[in-house]
Amino acid sequence: MRVRVSRARAFVWAALLAAVLAVVAACGGGGDSGGGGGSIRGQTITYWASNQGASIQQDNEILRKAIARFTKQTGVKVNFKVIPWSDLFTNITTAVTSGKGPDVLNIGNTWSATLQSTGAFEPFEGSTLNAVGGKSKFLSSSWSASGKPGQTPTSIPLYGLSYGLFYNKQLFQQAGISSPPKTWSEFVADAKKLNNPSKGQYGVALEGASITENAHWAFILGRQNGGDLFDKSGKPTFDSPPIVKAVKDYVDLWGTDKVVNPSSAQWSDGTQALASFAKGKAAMTMWQNNAENNLRTNGMKRSEYGVADVPVVDGSNTPIMTHVAGINISIFKNSEHKNAALAFVKFLTSQGEQVKLNEEYGSLPVVKSAQQDPAFKTPTLKTFNQILAKHAQPMPLIDQEGQMETFIGDAVKQLIAKATTRGSVSEADVKAQLSEANQKMQAAGGGG
Amino acid sequence: MRSSLSSKASRVAGLAILSFVVIFPLYTIVISSIKPLGDVRGTFEWIPSHVTFRPYVEIWKTIPLAHYFVNSLFISVAATVLSVAVAIFAAYSISRYRFRGRGTFSTTVLATQMFPGILFLLPLFVIFVNIEKSIGIQLYGSYTGLIITYLTFSLPFSIWMLVGYFEAIPRDLEEAALIDGATPVGALFRILIPISLPGIAAVAIFAFITAWGEVLFASVLTTDKTMTLAIGLRNYASQSNVFWNQLMAASIVVSLPVVLAFLALQRYIVSGLTAGGVKS
Amino acid sequence: MSVAEKNAVAPALEGVRRRRSSRWMGRRRLPYLLILPAVLFELLIHVIPLLAGIGISFLGLSQFFIRNWTAAPVVGLDNYKVALDFGSPIGHGLLHSFAITAGFTALVIGVSWAGGLAAALLVNSEFRGRNWFRTLFLIPYALPVYVAVIAWSFMFDRDNGAINRLLVDDLHVVSHRPFWLLGTNAFWSIVMTTVWRLWPFAFLMTLAGLQNIPKEVYEAADLDGAGRMRQLRYITLPMLAPVTGVLIIVMFLWTFNEFNTPYVLFGKAPPSSADLLSLHIYVNSFIDLNFGLGSAMSVLLLIFLMLSTLIYLRVFKVGGGSRA
Repeated sequence: MRVRVSRARAFVWAALLAAVLAVVAACGGGGDSGGGGGSIRGQTITYWASNQGASIQQDNEILRKAIARFTKQTGVKVNFKVIPWSDLFTNITTAVTSGKGPDVLNIGNTWSATLQSTGAFEPFEGSTLNAVGGKSKFLSSSWSASGKPGQTPTSIPLYGLSYGLFYNKQLFQQAGISSPPKTWSEFVADAKKLNNPSKGQYGVALEGASITENAHWAFILGRQNGGDLFDKSGKPTFDSPPIVKAVKDYVDLWGTDKVVNPSSAQWSDGTQALASFAKGKAAMTMWQNNAENNLRTNGMKRSEYGVADVPVVDGSNTPIMTHVAGINISIFKNSEHKNAALAFVKFLTSQGEQVKLNEEYGSLPVVKSAQQDPAFKTPTLKTFNQILAKHAQPMPLIDQEGQMETFIGDAVKQLIAKATTRGSVSEADVKAQLSEANQKMQAAGGGG
Repeated sequence: MRSSLSSKASRVAGLAILSFVVIFPLYTIVISSIKPLGDVRGTFEWIPSHVTFRPYVEIWKTIPLAHYFVNSLFISVAATVLSVAVAIFAAYSISRYRFRGRGTFSTTVLATQMFPGILFLLPLFVIFVNIEKSIGIQLYGSYTGLIITYLTFSLPFSIWMLVGYFEAIPRDLEEAALIDGATPVGALFRILIPISLPGIAAVAIFAFITAWGEVLFASVLTTDKTMTLAIGLRNYASQSNVFWNQLMAASIVVSLPVVLAFLALQRYIVSGLTAGGVKS
Repeated sequence: MSVAEKNAVAPALEGVRRRRSSRWMGRRRLPYLLILPAVLFELLIHVIPLLAGIGISFLGLSQFFIRNWTAAPVVGLDNYKVALDFGSPIGHGLLHSFAITAGFTALVIGVSWAGGLAAALLVNSEFRGRNWFRTLFLIPYALPVYVAVIAWSFMFDRDNGAINRLLVDDLHVVSHRPFWLLGTNAFWSIVMTTVWRLWPFAFLMTLAGLQNIPKEVYEAADLDGAGRMRQLRYITLPMLAPVTGVLIIVMFLWTFNEFNTPYVLFGKAPPSSADLLSLHIYVNSFIDLNFGLGSAMSVLLLIFLMLSTLIYLRVFKVGGGSRA
């Protein structure tokens, strides 16, 4: 007996068929083939870039031009993708886990030791290191933050960054301050002079909810006080007196000193503090040099601000003003186009490209030959360069770098929240919070 | 029901409060999407001093919104269609047949609602990668992987709802069809599905909402080729700026399909739930 | 068909069926074939990864081994010991997160259910424009979750958010400009955001349930002189019990597992008062690359949810019982 196909049935089957066909068609993305060795001309590599510019769009523009130059030179094509910071570490993790990833990728240099320990990236030694120009072409300070001391690094420096003290020239003039503060006490005093909460003006703009900012300052100020986050044997010392003092000084900006906008205890996306400074709502800020890009986007002219050395704790023997900040570049061990990848890395770290890219991004070159370029002789960049060359130290290079930042950054964030909502925190509060972070760090495997 | 003055007043009050709570954030989104960036980042003004529709133009340029939109649409529609189809078959089996393992299957399917996503996120990812290595079907960074994942996510709820719905439909008609010589599957298509369209519509819209809004698995399983709106929208925040007005405008654009579909089908959803899910 | 006709036909039907079953090969296999696709998908996406996840909880899978899982050392119950050591910071953090999540879930369920019930009662009676309200009330649920949470996080900004604009600048209800994403208020923020999104679902289910209650019951009660409150208590709520039973457990599972809302609202470093369990586990595994520990914590969460559901089903006898 024939059954008449009803419309409903036909529709469902058609939809199913269409969906299945579409799904099957979407399968099988192909990778391109391409062996290693021999001539690299005609090969295509994949590159994951980090967000260095004011927007992903801007990054796309800058990199497209750079890659065009590279392809012209070598005949190697590059498929690149700019990944926002919120996703970069996760993407790298999944790449390492799956074994499928790009050929070349950017990493934050504070991740270098952690990623080194996964064993998923090509070690830079011997012929590999020679292929990118050798160790000596790089600034020693930038190189020092590329991996655990004594072990072969699996990433090399790409862009250099350092902190500096930004100050609003006009506001300083109006308040009768002739030169930017050199010591921490001068810094707090100046900030108080420039503080006018009823008008919505504050002495300093900072982001109290940013884990990374907090971790950096705990380290920098801690070093200024003669302490460190880990002792020589690798055990965490978050609650040692120098670190406690450093964190208390920092948190007091929200607490007893009240020279920052209380709302900044909630800021964390890297844009609000700089927007506040750019609009003249804060007279100073301590930020990394790529902030200049941001300030420009927010309408602040170069002539309106100056950059000075980061204030140093009174009587310090170790005037560290920044950790060795920057972006490194790595090659995936599973890459099937190692020679092409190496050529690309060599290209990006060549003098010409270092000058162009760092100029466009507002960052600092990491190779010695590019340092002398007039592009980096502007007053602000000169200051940053000096700071990076003379007053920088790498954050502790341990396997659990990520956890370290999280534990201590979060502890400081909680303290800032307390200071803002309660009015101030005591030294005991600070020590207690840091002890807890210390315990977590110990439980996570100390500092091996 | 009697409608006294006081009950009318309390009804008005109740509706007013609920409406305000619902509208307040919606109003914020809409009003922020037509302010210039400087205004939207400054003090919140109820009535914008400058109105601009530029954000609606710029959202397509700042990030490849159209590309993400198409990805999300394709993935969500495919996941919905497949999920509904698979759920219909499974629900038909459970509601019309007694077979060994029926209870276990039902219980297991419902139990999957308890699984914390983070527990099976990474293993799922590794399984996908291994499938690709062994039999060559690309699941990571492909539409397929995400479609399969999303359709499975909405499967338990869909099956549960459809079982309830089917059970409420008397079997007389199907039995008549069977006597006439139809196969059970034929009876399913010719009799049961046409009657159940409201329930199926309800199930379809839930499946679509699940796929359209999923964040966690999309963040791990997509690459830029397959990126969905859930992850793509984050790119309105860059190093130096969060383009709030564009983000709000994009939010509206992104929400329209799902809200409109939901509202268009709401009558069916309510009747679908009434007959089906309510009787569990 | 009338009952008499049915009885007359029944034996004939039976015979037909038996003949059909021998003609339709694999009739006995049909139900299994029908559930086969669902079974396969569930195995691939839910069951097997879950078992793998459980397996990982017994491994010391840290950053050194994510490249090659088979090389990860088997650590037995060590991960669980760390997670359950409430004296140490990790275990203490987990317990704290669990407590926060429990409070959060109870509050969200309570308010969502009450709000859903109120809205359903309001919309269920006949008045002009009821469909508009029903439509309006569903919008928060239909919005993609990240849109809703982004909107709320925008409103929660201390200086420039709409909430403080309303409370501080316009209504002058509070003078000290509150933080919403910091400190204790962060808990209320995430409750508010989650309730806003979830209560339309309760509204929808309750409305469907209300529409199943025949009008005659209310009319009889009116005749008996029962007031609205009595009707609510003795008619509406009891007759809604099956719906409510299912609604509560579904909301419980979804809310306790909630990841998207805290992740979009707070990112990877939530304030301690809003440290929900799913995000807590995520931060402690993905960020630290310590997947063994993260899996152990997730398994503990799963066990808790399974036990709660079992107890709930036993006590409230939901889902197994009578068909209306």
